[in-house]
Amino acid sequence: MKILLKLVSIAGLILTILPSIGVFYEVISQDENKYFMLIGTLLWFGPKIIFKAK
Amino acid sequence: MLLEKLSAHLEEVKEYEREPVPASRWRGFKSFLGMYAGEHTAGTEFVIGPLFVAHGAGAMDLILGLLLGNFLAVLSWAFICAPIAVRERVTLYYLLEKICGKHLTNAYNLVNALMFCFLAGSMIAVSATAIGIPFNIPLAKLTDWLPSGLPWIIIVVLVGAVTTFVATLGYDKVEKFSTIAAPWMILVFLAAAIAVLPELGVKNWGDFFQVAQDKIWTGKPLAGQSKFTFWHILFFAWFCNMAMHIGMADLSILRYAKKWTAGFASAGGMYVGHYIAWLASGILYALFLQQSNENLEFAPGPVAYSAAGITGALCVIIAGWTTANPTIYRAGLALQAIMPKAKTWKITLIVGSITTLAACFPALVMQLLDFVALYGLILMPMGAIIFIDYWLFPRIGLQSNLAAVKNLTFNVAALITWLGSLLACYLIAKTTGLEIFFLGLPGWFLAALIYIFSSYAYQKKWSK
Repeated sequence: MKILLKLVSIAGLILTILPSIGVFYEVISQDENKYFMLIGTLLWFGPKIIFKAK
Repeated sequence: MLLEKLSAHLEEVKEYEREPVPASRWRGFKSFLGMYAGEHTAGTEFVIGPLFVAHGAGAMDLILGLLLGNFLAVLSWAFICAPIAVRERVTLYYLLEKICGKHLTNAYNLVNALMFCFLAGSMIAVSATAIGIPFNIPLAKLTDWLPSGLPWIIIVVLVGAVTTFVATLGYDKVEKFSTIAAPWMILVFLAAAIAVLPELGVKNWGDFFQVAQDKIWTGKPLAGQSKFTFWHILFFAWFCNMAMHIGMADLSILRYAKKWTAGFASAGGMYVGHYIAWLASGILYALFLQQSNENLEFAPGPVAYSAAGITGALCVIIAGWTTANPTIYRAGLALQAIMPKAKTWKITLIVGSITTLAACFPALVMQLLDFVALYGLILMPMGAIIFIDYWLFPRIGLQSNLAAVKNLTFNVAALITWLGSLLACYLIAKTTGLEIFFLGLPGWFLAALIYIFSSYAYQKKWSK
């Protein structure tokens, strides 16, 4: 479970930074990037908060 | 229950306050690398990067100035602060007490607490710019000193009240949250900047420097702002944490290091927070200026929101809050050292109120560069006193740790040094027109000289 939550957290960080490179290379739009960043944020903080709560 | 928790925490904080840190608690280089990177990627970065743009820094001046200035800051941590920290392994306050006496250390604590209040106030104001987004409140301009209106004051007071309340409940959870948020914040800074580059005209990486010169760091200051040269940037980057390195405040942190080389770990903070984050926030502000036709409104919240959406606004709130909260807490601790019998939560409440009042005035944010420089300059002479007292006095026949040895509550030579060097810096600025960013270097040497000569005179009465 812990490993899964760690993987989700890492995915959150990747989702925060990677789409911006997609915007730079015109693969995705700025609006899509903002959504991805928000999902990345939730994925990063969510498991961390669950970890701390436990 | 909550107060009990807080009291328990305070007891924990007091651990090793008056004794050297034991070897079992020493930490390696890596833990300092992460700590410095987290501590120096904070709410202030959302203000400092844009202010360089506002002050008309040139692209090459900024890139090289920050590179060298941060390098000098790292050397200052490694060669000035860290060696004493790992030899003595006591807090700055304890060492100051041994050299300067209890009363002078209290005066230092009072000034330190006040400076912390203003710093925390600027961060509350930064968070408030993001929280105010849904309410579309009028925000302050770069040249404003007074609050922009009642809605702004209401939001600042609310943010200040929540921050103060959390600070009275303790520091542990906020510190843990800051540690979690740090890597995310760095990536949000970076991602937001990369994503807006095409809007500024960067179509491939090869275009970056040309666009940086033409549209971001153009070398032309905004209306009402002074011009920043390479030297301003170099000295600002070197001395913006002057209180921590040559001012020795980080003795309290680096005393936990296994080796003095942990001072080099400050590079983590300098090159992530004070390089990447400053450049990134400058890029965001340049786009804001372009889109708003050089509107002088200065609001980190809306700037981050327009570049990174809700995540950007969240980043500003979290960055501001995670900086303001421990700063209020530290200010409370500094005051508690003066009034040890007063309840901690009452002191934190007083500190929070002063901080919130200060946050209502946008001048604190708009003049942050000057304030940060002043903060370092005021506290720096104590660092020079410690350095000379530790390294030079045993070699020239003067007594180190005079207050502890002679049981003094007030070392007059240290007081003369503190006030004398600040007066000398003021006179230098007044007569030569030298700006505050450049005063730290001559100020440190002046403080060292004044301390040597005043100590020769002051210690004579014991040698007779």
